[in-house]
Amino acid sequence: MTATLAHSHGNRTGTPPERFTSSDPDAFEVPTGREEEWRFTPLRRLRELFTPFEPTTRITGEVSAPEGVSWAIEPLSPAGVLAPADRVSALALQRAPQSFVLRVAAGARLDDPVLVTGVASPGIGYEHMVIEVGERAQATVVVDYRGSATIAENVEILVGDGGSLELVSVQGWDADAVHLSAHAARIGRDAHLRHMAVNLGGAVVRLSPTVHFGGPGGRADLIGVAFAGPGQHLETRLYIDHDQPDCSSDVLYKNALQGDDARTVWIGDVRIRPVATGTNTFELNRNLVLTDGARADSVPNLEIETGEIVGAGHASATGRFDDEQLFYLMARGIPEAEARKLVVRGFFAELLDKVPVPELHDRLVATIEKRLAEVAGGPA
Amino acid sequence: MSVLEIRDLHVSVKLPDGSRKPILAGVDLTVGAGQTHAIMGPNGSGKSTLAYSIAGHPKYQITGGQVLLDGADVLAMTVDERARAGLFLAMQYPVEVPGVSVANFLRTAKTAIDGEAPKLRTWGKELTGAMTRLGMDPAFAQRNVNEGFSGGEKKRHEIVQLELLKPKVAILDETDSGLDIDALRVVSEGVNRVREQGDTGVLLITHYTRILRYVKPDFVHVFVAGRIVEEGGPELAEKLEAEGYERYLSGAGGRA
Repeated sequence: MTATLAHSHGNRTGTPPERFTSSDPDAFEVPTGREEEWRFTPLRRLRELFTPFEPTTRITGEVSAPEGVSWAIEPLSPAGVLAPADRVSALALQRAPQSFVLRVAAGARLDDPVLVTGVASPGIGYEHMVIEVGERAQATVVVDYRGSATIAENVEILVGDGGSLELVSVQGWDADAVHLSAHAARIGRDAHLRHMAVNLGGAVVRLSPTVHFGGPGGRADLIGVAFAGPGQHLETRLYIDHDQPDCSSDVLYKNALQGDDARTVWIGDVRIRPVATGTNTFELNRNLVLTDGARADSVPNLEIETGEIVGAGHASATGRFDDEQLFYLMARGIPEAEARKLVVRGFFAELLDKVPVPELHDRLVATIEKRLAEVAGGPA
Repeated sequence: MSVLEIRDLHVSVKLPDGSRKPILAGVDLTVGAGQTHAIMGPNGSGKSTLAYSIAGHPKYQITGGQVLLDGADVLAMTVDERARAGLFLAMQYPVEVPGVSVANFLRTAKTAIDGEAPKLRTWGKELTGAMTRLGMDPAFAQRNVNEGFSGGEKKRHEIVQLELLKPKVAILDETDSGLDIDALRVVSEGVNRVREQGDTGVLLITHYTRILRYVKPDFVHVFVAGRIVEEGGPELAEKLEAEGYERYLSGAGGRA
């Protein structure tokens, strides 16, 4: 396998500009595609999201929640964690008709994961979700989306002091769905968030997870699994803002791509502010290109504004599954389809093994293998 | 008992510009079960081309001749079918396969070759045993295939596979290259264990005679300019050691 290091380093001199945020949609121009934050995204496939619209669909579904969890659909009620960083997010935060709010009581130790299954019927909609884990509570939450729609969404995640949340966000959309979603988390003192994004379906999915810390001692693990098939665009834009001392973050995103115009984009911005002494952070993006005609972009950025840190690093590697690897495996009797499966299964195993629900793990493995078996160049 | 027959084999290599360059110019060779044939020749004589074209590497195009394993047409088979039919190629440059552990790879290969999964109860012991005999730390089973292996570790891993997969015919392509004297001995012992079973025919491709001190060939073939130019017993290897390939090369038009 050839590995290429294709990434740019963040500017470490001077003071980096604040990331621009606003709750006013008109504070953001309608993008032209030349902007840094939109230059990888196929804008023509999401034009309708840049102007205000009347929602024609919404995500409905089921919630399975053990004792200690309450949930409700409330009038739109932003939690104050998310500051929109683009026009679509700002429009969604202003115009979502309601909020889905899930609360885990302080001190609760959940016996079972919370399963939120959301289905969208065709149409266009705004969504807003709040997941709030109380102090010292421990919870696992799976948010599992499927269906066919165009959705602009904001998700606000609050982990109280000493709390722990394992959140799995599955984009299992039908092939024609468009989904732009901003996830913003605030991690309390000595609290822990494991955020896992699984992007499998949809024509265009753009997920922007943002983390900041509400006190010292917080820990954020962000992991991601994506499989992009022909014509599919799967984009992740991470931002981890180390704005408290003694916090740590660990990022590992893996993308596999197969087929003509399969596309993944991974932007990982980590900022260590002057106050954030004792920070330990590492981020890694690995891409596996299975066929010609697919393209993976990877841009990790690290801005370090204090020298008094434990560690900071990033890495990015894009490898190809090439003819020599295939020959080697086949020369040991392994059929071609099995060889591809072996390589892709091995590539994702360390991440999928962290899926906290066995049925979900098995379903994701099966879905990836089914996608893998689809003839490259065929329908997504 | 198995037999591999190579008849008047002509092979071209596909060059990056799309043109073809003839490499093998009519190779005839028969390898029976339990026999060890050494193919010796200078660099660029086509020894590796012979190995890779029998295994089915897509870079090589067969332009004439036949390869038969127990009468079955090997050239009509896909690469994996050839391996399942009983051919094994220990490669000169084993390929790294990131993300796939040695343990998983070997179990998958064993399952494919045998047509059924190895018994869990005995497989672990078999794997550990084969690795230990080849001087590979069994902890390598959890590492990715050939990733970060030294040259010697890659070669040991190839022979571990040879022992586990028990092929009818094994082609060893310069397995001795890049090995220090201790590794050469360990690897040779592995090859000899397979030979002693008496079921496997071995085609040993080498540049040097030193491996032949450990793995005694029954037949030695001198390979020059894409074909076999002389054949004999083990004594031929000693003659080559003393005289080199010079006189074959001058006969074939001289060294460039």
